[in-house]
Amino acid sequence: MKTEVLVVGGGPAGMSAALSASENESKVIIVERDKVLGGILNQCIHNGFGLHYFQEELTGPEFAHRFRKMVEKDKNIKVLTNTLVTEFKDKKVVVMGENGKQEITFDACIIAMGCRERTAGNISLTGTRPMGILTAGSAQKMVNIDGKMPGKDIVILGSGDIGLIMARRLTLEGAKVHAVLEINPTSSGLRRNILQCLDDFNIPLLYNTTIFDVVGKDRVEGVYYGQVDEHYNRIESTKKFLKCDTVILSVGLIPEMQNLQDISVNSKTNGAFVNEHYQTNKPWMFSCGNILHVHDLVDNVALEGKQVGLFASLYAQGKLNEGNLIKVSHSADFAYVLPYTLFEGDEQTEVKFRLKNKIVRKWIVAESQGKEIAKKFVLAGVPGEMMTFAFPKKDVKKEIVFKVV
Amino acid sequence: MEKREMTCIMCPLGCSLVVTKDGDEIKVSGNNCQRGVVFAKEELTCPMRIVTSSVKTSEGVKACKTTKPVPKAKIFDVMKEIEKLRLKKVKFGDVVIKNVLGTDADVIITANE
Repeated sequence: MKTEVLVVGGGPAGMSAALSASENESKVIIVERDKVLGGILNQCIHNGFGLHYFQEELTGPEFAHRFRKMVEKDKNIKVLTNTLVTEFKDKKVVVMGENGKQEITFDACIIAMGCRERTAGNISLTGTRPMGILTAGSAQKMVNIDGKMPGKDIVILGSGDIGLIMARRLTLEGAKVHAVLEINPTSSGLRRNILQCLDDFNIPLLYNTTIFDVVGKDRVEGVYYGQVDEHYNRIESTKKFLKCDTVILSVGLIPEMQNLQDISVNSKTNGAFVNEHYQTNKPWMFSCGNILHVHDLVDNVALEGKQVGLFASLYAQGKLNEGNLIKVSHSADFAYVLPYTLFEGDEQTEVKFRLKNKIVRKWIVAESQGKEIAKKFVLAGVPGEMMTFAFPKKDVKKEIVFKVV
Repeated sequence: MEKREMTCIMCPLGCSLVVTKDGDEIKVSGNNCQRGVVFAKEELTCPMRIVTSSVKTSEGVKACKTTKPVPKAKIFDVMKEIEKLRLKKVKFGDVVIKNVLGTDADVIITANE
């Protein structure tokens, strides 16, 4: 098979990228391993999606449904569901699907496979390994798609958003969520979720606290938990036992890059190292969505897909022009600023960034060769919420540095 | 007099609010703007929430939601109404409970299929 733009992954990033490439007159194939388009949105049945993109509050499946309907109507887009990419080669992929194994060649490819959850192994969870330890996303699929409960007495480790959402979901379905334990002094989850998923149901959120040991032979029987100091060392005198049959982990997400060993990765995001066109070190491969950097809002994933779909389409048509390279760097106030390089030119551009710590009433300043290019006032910014900064590139030469002042 | 502490969720600033209720009078402190007062008053007088869940059908469980926020105090009652249902095949947007418990909200199917 042959196409102009191949999109790997049919979640919000992939669907949005495909629609945008099609709008620019490219022929597109989407490869999706599940039986229906939508990606992780299909199991995120809670509301709160779409406020920015559709100016309306939707659930995950509803957000996915809107995009799926647009994709299905689009004559330039062909969708291969139940199909998995097994190998990336030079300008072609090997896929396994309903028609067996085949190759798809393309002019440009967009990787939009999302991210994966950190597991018990990733965080070196100590104690035994009985049944009843699962990630928040697995628990979410069990309850919302398969209609089964993972357990009755639950402890959640980590206060990521999916963990908070599952605390509420399991409570509503009749389970007792005893506590959410967070090893850090602050939560990475959205404040709205802490209020509506924990406070509403009087579920305690214990900071600087983690599981010391999981107990149980065949099934989880409980956990020893306690506090940690500022270096994350356990304070043994605070150790307590909590009886439970299930431990749910919500301890972070990692971009799904393991089949892409040749692609250069940024060490902060674990996603591809991309330029202003969201192009990886293989110029025909573009990246967007959670495989590039883990987003907090699907609206931003869809917007990124739209941007990147156009870049990939232009590349496939031989129309993607590059200026001289601008190196992007930042002060220690930022976790990362993306993209990692820009091109010199006259147009407006936008960077996305995540802060390391909360800031209140500060300026974000962009400088090039010692000269201030642009600044933006921030009333309040937190690490949990990705921010953007748009500015004209006209006077930016060779390098740009971002600072908080 | 009732006193409650809460974090405002109207913007990333996340002001720590102290809300006191004395009879009908609600006082808010710790807010940096008027939105904090609106938020605190609503949380104290009639907090409303959209309920999302899943409903049993002949083809497995399917996601559903209330079309409007319902009073927070009624969340578990709405859940019980949803739990009672045993439906045949449903499709996106189907109304499965009209005006659930007199809240003026319908329960509709949201599953993407």
